[in-house]
Amino acid sequence: MSVWLNKPPRMPLPSPTRPTRLKDHVSATLRNPGSVRHFSMADWDLLIRQARNAGLLARVRHVLDQHNMVKHIPNEARWHFDAAATLADKQQLAVRWEMSQISQALVKLAIPVIVLKGGAYVMAALPAAAGRLFNDIDILVPREQLGPVEAALMLAGWNATGLSDYDQRYYRRWMHEIPPMQHIKRATVIDVHHAILPDTARYHPDSGKLRSRAVAVEGMPGVYVLSTEDRILHSATHLFHDGELPHGLRDLTDLDLLLREATEASDFWPRLTARADELQLSRSLSYALRYLRYFLDTPIPDSVFAALHAAAPNRLTLILMDAIFTRVLAPAHASCADVLTPAARLAAFVRAHWLRMPAHLLIPHLFHKAFIRSAPDNDVPKPA
Amino acid sequence: MKLLQLSPSELRQRLAGQGVWLRTGPFSLRVQSGIPSVAQGLVDLYGQFETRDSHHAFADFHVELNPPSPLRRWFRPQVDFSYDGNLPFKPLPLDQAYPMLEWGLNWCVSMHAHQYLIIHAAVVEKNGLAAILPAPPGSGKSTLTAGLVLSGWRLLSDELTLIDRLTGQIQPLARPVSLKNQSIDVIRAFSPNAFINRESHDTAKGTVAHMRPPTESVRRQHEVARPGWVIFPKWTAHAETRLTPRSKAQTFMFLAQNAFNYSHLGADGFRVGTSLIERVDCYDFQYSRLEEAVAAFERLAEQATPHAAT
Repeated sequence: MSVWLNKPPRMPLPSPTRPTRLKDHVSATLRNPGSVRHFSMADWDLLIRQARNAGLLARVRHVLDQHNMVKHIPNEARWHFDAAATLADKQQLAVRWEMSQISQALVKLAIPVIVLKGGAYVMAALPAAAGRLFNDIDILVPREQLGPVEAALMLAGWNATGLSDYDQRYYRRWMHEIPPMQHIKRATVIDVHHAILPDTARYHPDSGKLRSRAVAVEGMPGVYVLSTEDRILHSATHLFHDGELPHGLRDLTDLDLLLREATEASDFWPRLTARADELQLSRSLSYALRYLRYFLDTPIPDSVFAALHAAAPNRLTLILMDAIFTRVLAPAHASCADVLTPAARLAAFVRAHWLRMPAHLLIPHLFHKAFIRSAPDNDVPKPA
Repeated sequence: MKLLQLSPSELRQRLAGQGVWLRTGPFSLRVQSGIPSVAQGLVDLYGQFETRDSHHAFADFHVELNPPSPLRRWFRPQVDFSYDGNLPFKPLPLDQAYPMLEWGLNWCVSMHAHQYLIIHAAVVEKNGLAAILPAPPGSGKSTLTAGLVLSGWRLLSDELTLIDRLTGQIQPLARPVSLKNQSIDVIRAFSPNAFINRESHDTAKGTVAHMRPPTESVRRQHEVARPGWVIFPKWTAHAETRLTPRSKAQTFMFLAQNAFNYSHLGADGFRVGTSLIERVDCYDFQYSRLEEAVAAFERLAEQATPHAAT
């Protein structure tokens, strides 16, 4: 009871401790690549399975290579890493090609096209591109140009994907992006955004501010990437506003690589926290840094946590957030799950939507999603 | 040890518990399933394959075949193919559990094994030379493959031609041969030695059954083969058996389009594909009688033997 009578000084809640029971081999290997020297075949088995589900096989290989550990991969297991690296290399080429196609398709509009996330890491040749696997390319364009952009992309072969009418309306009315567009020949997917968060979200950073600091990509007229700080803030925001996190750990390792590179500039951290404040993204940043420490031992000075203290949530929220995010950011594999993992995934899903929409929109939407399913069909297995 | 050294009841028990570990060609699998027809399929068709205690062994692919929900056990029972917790396909009727395992394993290999250029084609070998048989469904590819391997050709694969990107050699992946509809009876009539497992009806491809791979092909499943021919079979009712040369350029284009991972490999896919085409003779092959078709392949192999030795 004394806690309530004499309110203690607020101390930052220490980082959550890693459970010893569950074996998250992927983050353990990324933290300490040398540990693979002592791996048994069962450990390699588990590492490959977890890393594959997390979309991190190629990145783990890249990190092992940097630490001269590839020679410790047993012959039997080696091909999994090499095949993933083959795919990642090909995807880097494909992303460059795809961006040149997008840039050509939009050149007549004479607008700045900002490439976001993975595509930006490749275009800006950042270490975060290494071993990165892609699902789609995200671009940000001025909102008033959405119509012409969509028309120009359709003319160049990208078409709206087969979503239900409900989904179409949902995207166009409430979201910060139009429905994904898929190229009829190459089957590549573009997400066209006009903001980094929906209008309905609690926080919606001004896209004009992001554009004002964007950096031109060399050799690709009209194509830009976000500035270093904005790129990191966007990546952090995305992680804590996205309902489904099949690649949560991958996105966290992206952030880890972005931060490690950015901290080479001496005044980076004050610039980052100031910019987070300006864009109303300090809360997302404080979460991201917290779980970066937890999963990947990213070197973050304590002074940064102190600077973000005002934006940090209260202790109870933080305890709940730890319970959720230490689970949902782990590799999506049975060996990394406990009895609370499904509940944590559901909680993260509802939370993300809660942040994206007010209740009078959210509740009908979740109802629709839960009971009126219209998911596109899976593939039928290709018979012999 | 070989799978046939496990008693059927022990195999069922392992399959329903930790799973059964198997090696097929360059890949190891761990299969887990509580479904009796899957256990029976393994007993019938995989007896000659190497197995190990699955507990501490490494496996390339961890797959499960189980009903999607216990409720569906009685009402139109179904089966899901799970690849380490992921469901790449919609569930199928329970009767198709065994073929779903085979299709699922093909998917595992074709989606991941990018150390090979993977062409959608059957491939058989004689005297060290491999005949690659790419063809659209319904062309009689599986029937011809079954006929050839029952007549002394070595089965490398009935579905996935794996071309090693470093050596250009073909890596065997001898597994049961999938037979459809009439070809099941054609093969039964062709050879009394053929063992064909129980049929699954009303699949996406009609009635499907699998033929046990020849023991010799399984025993030699680590022995690579040199590409010798690319032959496009076409079964046409009452047609004369005829082998006609075909353009290499066209053949290359067809193989590229029918490779699972040609585009994933970028420039290397082109390099592997063109060096394959340079080494092989390309033919169209029309037939209606399986015995004659096998004889025509025999002649092809005999003519090529001295060439193969050089």
